[in-house]
Amino acid sequence: MTALFPQATPAPFTLDHDLLEVSMGPHHPSTHGVFRMNVTLDGETVVKLTPVFGYLHRNHEKIAEQNSFLAAIPYTDRLDYICSMTNNCAYVLAVEKLASLQVPERAEYIRVIVSELTRLFNHTCLAGFLLQDMGALGTPLMYAFREREHVLDLFESLSGSRMMCNFMRFGGCRCDLPAGWIEQAATVTDRYSLFLDEFEALLTDNEIVRARTEGVGVLPADLAVNAGVTGPMLRASGVNYDIRKVDNYGVYGRFPFRVPLGEHGDTFDRYMIRILEARESLAILRQALREIPDGPVIDPKAKLRNFRPKPGEAYGRIEAPKGELGFFLISDGGPNPYRFRIRPPSLINLTILEDMCRGHTIADVVVILGSVDIVLGEVDR
Amino acid sequence: MLGRAIIQGFIETGRNFVGSYYDPERLTTVQYPEQTLPPDEHARTIPFLVYDGDDPSQGLRCTACTICELECPPQCISIVKDTVKKPDYLGKMQLQPKVFDIDISVCMDCGICAEVCPFDSIKMDQVFALSTGDRQALLLHKEQLAKSNLYFRQIHPGEAAAIDAARAEQKRKAEAKKAAIASAPSGFPSPLP
Repeated sequence: MTALFPQATPAPFTLDHDLLEVSMGPHHPSTHGVFRMNVTLDGETVVKLTPVFGYLHRNHEKIAEQNSFLAAIPYTDRLDYICSMTNNCAYVLAVEKLASLQVPERAEYIRVIVSELTRLFNHTCLAGFLLQDMGALGTPLMYAFREREHVLDLFESLSGSRMMCNFMRFGGCRCDLPAGWIEQAATVTDRYSLFLDEFEALLTDNEIVRARTEGVGVLPADLAVNAGVTGPMLRASGVNYDIRKVDNYGVYGRFPFRVPLGEHGDTFDRYMIRILEARESLAILRQALREIPDGPVIDPKAKLRNFRPKPGEAYGRIEAPKGELGFFLISDGGPNPYRFRIRPPSLINLTILEDMCRGHTIADVVVILGSVDIVLGEVDR
Repeated sequence: MLGRAIIQGFIETGRNFVGSYYDPERLTTVQYPEQTLPPDEHARTIPFLVYDGDDPSQGLRCTACTICELECPPQCISIVKDTVKKPDYLGKMQLQPKVFDIDISVCMDCGICAEVCPFDSIKMDQVFALSTGDRQALLLHKEQLAKSNLYFRQIHPGEAAAIDAARAEQKRKAEAKKAAIASAPSGFPSPLP
């Protein structure tokens, strides 16, 4: 264990000097919200880094324990407020396990489509944010947001809201797809593939991007596994672990997609993995939009009101764009969960921040933090 | 060559910059306060109460069943039942709300109230830009919440048409049943003269 978490070796003291403690955040523009880091610096080099969480704590779990099972769905939208559809998906998956509900096939396909659309724009927006942290103020992020706009239009015509979708229900989805939605989604998918080419031409080979990211913030595979890191961060370190493949939840078993893996586990790999995953998502989307069957979108046994699952516990997890998003529920037979616990991917991916940052300069800390892909709504809950 | 990709990046940026002047497809935003886009048919913001006819105090569909009050996730609805009943569209006597308040500073626009309402009474509006300096003005009362069915048909045409058709069908069935009871030869003498 000591070998895995090496202690900081202070630089040899040539001059009489002290370490400097800097408190970055919670209002630092590069911390993606209200996140604080206590950084101890030796000159410009990071010796010690302590993440401080909790500035956006909203008591989500306790609120959900006091509300009914249904009323927790709109709160899950606000966890990772960029990817509300996947949050909904993970929660209803846990409740469906608890109440043994069957999801109709059409609803499963709708879930795959909206999840992959969410993954697409989350990954491109993350690349935009990462570049913004490096100093490319606006341009890549603006292009990513421009394409995200089209997906949000799709979500609005499907669920009524652009970001706080509140779309999934136990045993299916709230409503069927509106007329012409599939054609529209196919157009957006084709557009996105052109946009990814454009985005890569803009960024991937750029010398400045390479210089700032290659070899920065290396996360070794054994350390990543031991720390419980999941999602694109883990795969960038070369560990083949994708819950869509491991669990085969929903209808993911029918999609022959590839899982991209990184070699070095540095910041550039974490950027590249996301672009490659977005390309795989496009392939999944094309297949799902082609194969989506007709039929009902909700289990007729599922009840909206007075929903009381039998006593028991269930853990539902999905591959959210940021990693493994899990909901652990204990029911005592009442209308509200006895225990409601969330396993947020970005909180657990953040715990490894110090090991990635140690030895790098303070300017690299900003880039490494950007590559972790955090949303503070999910970290602090 | 060092700098090749940077030049390529500049070409991409330049193409996007110039392209947005010539290709309307590349313009995704409008100049908001001067221009607005029409809202999507399915878009939702805050809830409102539907009434039939012209008089909101008579035609309100709400029967004060308090299901929305119980299911509302942030608990922003408060209902007080009236003691006086009034007939609904089928002629059945139903309760009505004496007080129906929604605190839109608490409401999170989730639409669960509209989903659980069994009387198609509470629906989601499409108004926005509701900010005000007066905090009391954010507590909407029954009078401000009541909006006519015609308005509902304007903002959600598809959903309103389906609901109107279902209600007309129910009404037709109820009247047919009533007529059948009135005209059917009964074994019992009618108590009415």
